[in-house]
Amino acid sequence: MSKNFQHLVSTAVPIAIENIDTDQIIPARFLKATTREGFGENLFRDWRFESNDAPKKDFVLNNPIYKGEILVAGKNFGCGSSREHAAWAIADYGFKVVISSFFADIFKNNALNNFILPIQVTDEFLDKIFSAIEKDPAAKLEVDLDKQSLKIVATGEETSFDINPYKKTCLTNGYDDIDYLLSLRKEIEAYEASREFNF
Amino acid sequence: MGKTLFDKIWDSHVVVSKPGFPDAVYINTHFIHEVTSPQAFDGLRKRGIPVFRTAKTRATADHNVPTIDQHLPIKEALSRKQVEMLTTNTKEFGVELYGLGHPYQGIVHVIGPELGITLPGMTIVCGDSHTSTHGAFGAIAFGIGTSEVEQVLATQCILQYRPKRMKIEVNGKLKKGVVSKDIILYIISKISASGATGYFVEYAGEAIRSLSMEARMTICNMSIEMGARGGLIAPDETTFEYIKGREFAPKGADWDKSLAYWKTLYTDADAAFDVTLTFDAADIEPMITYGTNPGMGIGVTQHIPTLESLEDKEKPSFKKSLDYMGLEPGSGLLGKKVDYVFIGSCTNSRIEDLRMVADFVKGKKKADDVVVWIVPGSKQVEAQAKKEGIDKIFEEAGFNLRQPGCSACLGMNEDKVPAGMYCISTSNRNFEGRQGPNARTFLASPLSAAAAAITGKVTDVRELV
Repeated sequence: MSKNFQHLVSTAVPIAIENIDTDQIIPARFLKATTREGFGENLFRDWRFESNDAPKKDFVLNNPIYKGEILVAGKNFGCGSSREHAAWAIADYGFKVVISSFFADIFKNNALNNFILPIQVTDEFLDKIFSAIEKDPAAKLEVDLDKQSLKIVATGEETSFDINPYKKTCLTNGYDDIDYLLSLRKEIEAYEASREFNF
Repeated sequence: MGKTLFDKIWDSHVVVSKPGFPDAVYINTHFIHEVTSPQAFDGLRKRGIPVFRTAKTRATADHNVPTIDQHLPIKEALSRKQVEMLTTNTKEFGVELYGLGHPYQGIVHVIGPELGITLPGMTIVCGDSHTSTHGAFGAIAFGIGTSEVEQVLATQCILQYRPKRMKIEVNGKLKKGVVSKDIILYIISKISASGATGYFVEYAGEAIRSLSMEARMTICNMSIEMGARGGLIAPDETTFEYIKGREFAPKGADWDKSLAYWKTLYTDADAAFDVTLTFDAADIEPMITYGTNPGMGIGVTQHIPTLESLEDKEKPSFKKSLDYMGLEPGSGLLGKKVDYVFIGSCTNSRIEDLRMVADFVKGKKKADDVVVWIVPGSKQVEAQAKKEGIDKIFEEAGFNLRQPGCSACLGMNEDKVPAGMYCISTSNRNFEGRQGPNARTFLASPLSAAAAAITGKVTDVRELV
């Protein structure tokens, strides 16, 4: 997993399904590993493989014409369980960006903590991306974190996206939250001392 | 202007607030379990740092544990390894563990409240999205990812942006046969599985106020199923009464001081919410889900929406969902045959849930071709059920009272619903594969699940009570 992100031009893999929950991204029975690596092989396991492990031909990850480092999905992506394994699986598979018109809160945090950029666009722009890929699976998208812009290269259609400035800095420079929190040790101890109800 | 309960608690836990940065929020209680903690402990090892405040983290094993023969080694090697690793990690880092065989072991969101660890005014986190359960005590409680578990272990703090506030008021009185699970399934069916994303919810109104603590926990537990960061209920006499005398609850002078503080924990009359939603308890009937997210719910006598009633772009996901469930748009669920009944999970495995089911099934027999699993939320719930003779009632009805754990809620341990089978379940998620690959889940209340256990099909429990 790369520990920073700035700029990316890539084709994208489309899954036009809404409410994709983290049990679909990585089913519970694959949460038993005790490291962060290797979850990519079970990404979307039950949509991707039959119960006998044969690939399901109609699933997009098994279709060689769709590839790239960007995943595009329907609204409310990543709802359900807090399992960070979902973000690890997406990163391990090789995605660096996930685009949707709406993300579940915990997933969004987990993605950012693993240097995956979640880009929220309008329903209309999401439809434009899906149409562009449907027309040409080799259609490229361009993500510029510094400018906070996302472009469909072929049509030149462009949109901006939000990211909070702290997370943007973390992503650009490869910092993580613990580095920052550890630097607050004195403030944390002072807080503890000031509390009457420090249960 | 006054403050919401949420803001009162949040403000009193902010350690550092800098413009452009998320708030560093102090965490009073951190629960961990075997699935989402190993990588966090590993992170501490890599950084060469200890757990900052060992007494503020408590561990239990719940997701992977079998619910029969718990005295034997766990059969599945990877599950066994994860549980063993929790033992090793908690020992190495000095964290208290209520592991398999311990009298306090159980589902993490059941044991916190029953041990008096969960208290009003606290901030509580756990690497599990149903941490929202603890909000029933007037605490800010929410689920976190493993990187955040590591943050809390390392610093007892977490970085978070303050969510928006939503108030959900349920007024009036519940009708016969309708319980707290129906309230929350109803709310989610009205606002959808993403209707509260970005918000922290406060539940209020007469119908909420009149609920017991355990019933309130069921409501708060499922806040995450509408996308909310968490949900809370202002503490009151019901709350204080529940906490008093519990193992780790404050005692003596500490109790008096705590109580005085807890009584300040309410939303001021002139405080503003970003959104307020109002529902009438009398409109709620026993609920059941028909689809593959918790927002896809209907009253048990109602019909699944027709394709024509949906917008074009909703249709593909809706059809995929109903194909998975083997159901037709526009059809009803009453009388639909069920194969499994699961009563358990952090949503509905407390002693009151078991009592409710026992009262209902006493003297009745389960339908022949239904498998019924009743899984208590903790060793303490199990012991109490046995003390009250509830286990005997279940036995006579042909039910199977198992041992505590997450069980068939998430298809991670041995308790899985076979492919294609229908399970009416008191758990919280009906996602594809949630209870096992290709298993089909109907979410419902313990009462509705018990009714289906007796009749062998989806039943309007109001006809039997």
